[in-house]
Amino acid sequence: MSVTQDDFRAALLDAAAPVPAGLTDGAGAPAGRRYNVYRNNVAVSLREALHEGFPTIAKLLGAQNMDGLAGIFLRRHPPSSPLMMLYGEAFPDFLAGMPQLAHLGYLADVARLDLAMRQSYHAADADPIDPADLAALPPERLVETRLTLAPALRLIRSAWPIHAIWRFNTEEGAPRPEPGAQDVVILRPGFDPEPHLLPPGGADVIAALHQGHSLGAALDAATGRVPDFDLTPTLALLLQGGAIIALT
Amino acid sequence: MLDATPRQDRLPDAPGIGYKPQHFSEILEDSGAVRWLEIHAENYMGDGGRPLTQLRALSERFAISVHGVGLSIGGEGRLDPDHLGRLKRLVGWLNPVSFSEHLAWSTHGAEFLNDLLPLPYTDATLARVADHIDEVQEALGRRMLLENPSSYLAFTESTWSETDFLAELTRRTGCGLLLDVNNVFVSATNLGYSPQGYIEAYPLGAVGEIHLGGHDADTDDHGAPLLIDSHGREVADPVWALLDHALARSGPKPILIEWDNDVPDWPVLRAEAARARDALARIAA
Repeated sequence: MSVTQDDFRAALLDAAAPVPAGLTDGAGAPAGRRYNVYRNNVAVSLREALHEGFPTIAKLLGAQNMDGLAGIFLRRHPPSSPLMMLYGEAFPDFLAGMPQLAHLGYLADVARLDLAMRQSYHAADADPIDPADLAALPPERLVETRLTLAPALRLIRSAWPIHAIWRFNTEEGAPRPEPGAQDVVILRPGFDPEPHLLPPGGADVIAALHQGHSLGAALDAATGRVPDFDLTPTLALLLQGGAIIALT
Repeated sequence: MLDATPRQDRLPDAPGIGYKPQHFSEILEDSGAVRWLEIHAENYMGDGGRPLTQLRALSERFAISVHGVGLSIGGEGRLDPDHLGRLKRLVGWLNPVSFSEHLAWSTHGAEFLNDLLPLPYTDATLARVADHIDEVQEALGRRMLLENPSSYLAFTESTWSETDFLAELTRRTGCGLLLDVNNVFVSATNLGYSPQGYIEAYPLGAVGEIHLGGHDADTDDHGAPLLIDSHGREVADPVWALLDHALARSGPKPILIEWDNDVPDWPVLRAEAARARDALARIAA
């Protein structure tokens, strides 16, 4: 009796499926619950990876709800690569599509924040520019300059107060979130990614810079939406976060 | 220290530890008996950040062993060329002293199942695993070590014993072996054979590294003991005794302490490493 890897896999994530025939204990009796060791290893290891990879979601939902959702997710979306550090890319959309979570509209964007923090942590290193190089540019050159952003930078735009939600679930004594849209930029000045709340228009600037537009064009993108937009705080944030790595 | 940057071609016959990032500073301050470190390859395949920076720093002080957990050498399908490429890049820049993987499979089609799944020991699986080892050794330009699994069940279709299967793989491919003594104890208990007998049948001349880890105890449907290779506690006393049995026959080997779950504080791991050092000292005496 031959057990193919198709056979072995078929029962692995389905507790109701029969254990493949041809698997035994040491004396030739059917393997029975010995097979469950593999079922358990796969499900538990993937569930733990999701808990660790989405700490804010796990906190918001509680361990039991998170376990339940992770159990459904890992069967629908098993990893597609041995790089477990990247597992769960489909988790935000999965959360958004769960009818029983529809009343928690912010979950998917908070999951995107957790995922982006992890991606930022593993992103390539890059030396930031000296802020003096930017300050030295005359205004007419400045508007034409393109800023290359660090590989560890991540931008998340949300209709929900995701920065406040993240803080409330991460920092002791952080204020309760108030309703409202929040855009977040994740910067990694050293090795630890930090989510920063952006002022209105700030995300437009960063998105435009990321697409390769000049600083002038990026500023136009922001003032188109926020007429009295002030570039200074956003630029200072990027410089302090070591997020500008080249000027061209 | 006489030689600040030794570049050995084999791991030292001394204790090593499965590296965990939370121990970074303590390892550099007081490594105790630990002379080398092992990392899981897949955790260092990101593009940068703290993991790679720490690894670079550690590789200046310690011999490094790269231990893959995701290559699926026992898989029915072909090896994932992307993953083999990532492994080649890592081994290329790090130039570790050793590379090892498992006699197991974990990839099925486009899925990665994140566990070391078992395979039957037949002529067909032998040929396939040998081809995969050849491909890995060719890609990396080095000899690899293959680790014996923890078994919870057996395949009725198997026609080879595990030790003969491993010996034949070393003969066909020239690969070395990683003898996991805890896996031997777990498998022998679960399948009802003598762990000492397994060690005596093992091709010890091909062993380039020994693993030790903790296991948990459960029972099967008939109340028979079912040990689980959990890597979440101290090495059990009978496994230490089995290590002595192996070392008495193999001579000194590099010995790794693996502790991957519920990772303890550094002094606990250092004490396990000291125990491995004592086992090595006993055979030298």
